[in-house]
Amino acid sequence: MDPTIDPAFLRGVTQRRLSRRDLIRYAGVGAGALSLSSILAACGVKSSGAAGSQSAAGFDWASQSLHHQLNFANWPYYIDVNHGTHPTLDTFTQKTGIQVNYKPVINDNQAFYAKLKPSLEQGKPTGWDIVVITNGAQLSELIDNGWLIPLDLSQLPNFTANASPTIKDPTYDPGNKYTVVWQSGLTGIGFSPKATAALGREPNSLNDLFDPAVAGHVGMMSDNTELGSIGLLKLGIEPSTSTPDDWTQAAAVLQKQKDDGIPRGYFDQGYINQLENGNTWITQAWSGDIFIAQQSGYPELKFIVPNEGVMFWHDNMMIPVGAANPLDALTYMNYAYDPHVAALMANYIWYITPVPAAKPIVAALPGGKAVASSPLVFPDQAMLDKTHQYYVYKGTSDLDQWNNTFDPIITG
Amino acid sequence: MEQHLRSDHHGLKQKKARGRKRLAPYGLTAPGVLWLAIFFLIPMGAMLVLSLETRIPTAGFKNSGYQFTWHIGEYNTAWAQAHVQFVRSLWYGAIVTIVTLAAGYPAAYWIAFKGGHHKTTYLFLMLLPFFVSFVIRSLAWQFILSDDGIVISNLERWHLLPQGFHILSTSIAVIAGIAYNSLPFMVLPLYVSLEKIDRNVVEAARDLYATPRQVFRKVILPLSIPGIFAGFLLTFIPAVGDYVNNDILGGPNTTMIGNVIQRAFLNDQNYPLASSLSFILMVGLLIGILIYARVLGTRQIEEYI
Repeated sequence: MDPTIDPAFLRGVTQRRLSRRDLIRYAGVGAGALSLSSILAACGVKSSGAAGSQSAAGFDWASQSLHHQLNFANWPYYIDVNHGTHPTLDTFTQKTGIQVNYKPVINDNQAFYAKLKPSLEQGKPTGWDIVVITNGAQLSELIDNGWLIPLDLSQLPNFTANASPTIKDPTYDPGNKYTVVWQSGLTGIGFSPKATAALGREPNSLNDLFDPAVAGHVGMMSDNTELGSIGLLKLGIEPSTSTPDDWTQAAAVLQKQKDDGIPRGYFDQGYINQLENGNTWITQAWSGDIFIAQQSGYPELKFIVPNEGVMFWHDNMMIPVGAANPLDALTYMNYAYDPHVAALMANYIWYITPVPAAKPIVAALPGGKAVASSPLVFPDQAMLDKTHQYYVYKGTSDLDQWNNTFDPIITG
Repeated sequence: MEQHLRSDHHGLKQKKARGRKRLAPYGLTAPGVLWLAIFFLIPMGAMLVLSLETRIPTAGFKNSGYQFTWHIGEYNTAWAQAHVQFVRSLWYGAIVTIVTLAAGYPAAYWIAFKGGHHKTTYLFLMLLPFFVSFVIRSLAWQFILSDDGIVISNLERWHLLPQGFHILSTSIAVIAGIAYNSLPFMVLPLYVSLEKIDRNVVEAARDLYATPRQVFRKVILPLSIPGIFAGFLLTFIPAVGDYVNNDILGGPNTTMIGNVIQRAFLNDQNYPLASSLSFILMVGLLIGILIYARVLGTRQIEEYI
């Protein structure tokens, strides 16, 4: 298995697609407004004693009917596009009569969650029927507060039949009670030829992120979950079952890396620019970003899965409490797990599709062969064996402890 | 005046008018006072309260809210975690202010005294880059100054810089970025105060055989102190709290207090910690500025005006 990507993969795409997280790099612009909303969210916290009773009581799916309307919030550039339309959404409307109000408004889990939270606390509708949020503290918060409508899996036959076993019954949402995966991705290592030159060989291990030969040119992530998980993996500790003692050890390794002057910085989505501009030679990276960089003028960049393994993250569809059209949302979720639909999307998105059965269909699409054979879109068993799941925070105090362990490295 | 006293009716009117006159100053200052109350005092009070709260213990992520507990421990944590960044931010702010003053004063002086008919044009040119969002401009600097960018790679090729030299991710890059973004906030008040100087005073100094140097030191510089004071406030305070330049141009050891606060608020949603950090910063700056104002003295400023 060659984890780097065949240039044929980089089929004739006429224009650069921004990665879905691309806009985060401009988040500084909005951060002022954002912090205000967070403060407001904090102030509103007290009035929320009674939240969450709805999900405890369950959800009456039997009395729901279609409203032929669906409000769908997703990340930018995270669905198939053809001349400004989304073919899979158009087909969905033709088949079901459900009009989709599709808005790529999510640039950041925390920021988007901060917008939903005040409505949810007051028991008001958020205006969305489907939102897409990565597994992590925000998702756990939504679940624990009863702010998500429990899914009726009996109405998701496509999910039951087609979903990859790797994404069924995830640790962060046992039994898929509230969520089903939209797409998944990997956090591994991206590098340029300069790293190869400095190391005298191609990078293949997380240790290469700690190698003095590339000192001053290593990009680490400012997302403390990503940073901490890499530290744990390097020590051979399974992140999903790690303990606070393990975290302290991992933090010590990362602190030493910093004290030795190895990292160039701790970056958000901007890490990809740092790599493109030669500031970093080797960096923690999200799989899809490197491909997009390759075909937008940086063909020399590569993505590898280090020996120690990669982190496997999942973006999930869910229905917030108060949604106006829950049955329409459920109908769409089922539709997204149709292999033909999943194939059309996989051929555009290039992250990991949750529907392995889409593989032969993608291969038959024009230029789809390379996509179908890529282990980074359709991971084989060898690749899956290398994936690791994130630690699932058990609660706010747990999360605080993680933050207090790893934040001092980033903001030191 | 006496016509108002002609009848009781008029007297009443007069009384009312006098009452209105007495209220006038309050009415005129009301918008400003309200503004300060709503946008400064209330948020500051809310922040103080929040910084003394603790999260109500809860299972999982259940939203339990905060309770007011007079818990001042958050201030200890804040100081222990971030005193390095506090001091670093004050340093950066001070250097930025000195750099912008050194760069801005000659520019403002030149525009005010030698600008002729084109003063507004020059001011406009100075402001022109600022029509683009400062985030975008900082990103452009990141691109230009990157290790493989046009500046560094060429200077390395001509052996004007050692191989492997980099400017990004250093304190210099962050300070330069903030200074660059603060320049107009220093130049504009300086320009206003220099422009206001009565040319006859300068003329008189020359007539009394003052050398150009003495004219500047004894006349122009003292008269421009209000401008320096305003420029200092407009530069130093935002510079200390800045976090965008470090995000874009900084490295692992240039984190400023703004970044710590941003992370505590947004990433970690640790509102009590973030509030105590912000409160320490605000109180620290406020005390510093009050001392500074006493040194440069408002009375002194009025004397010069």
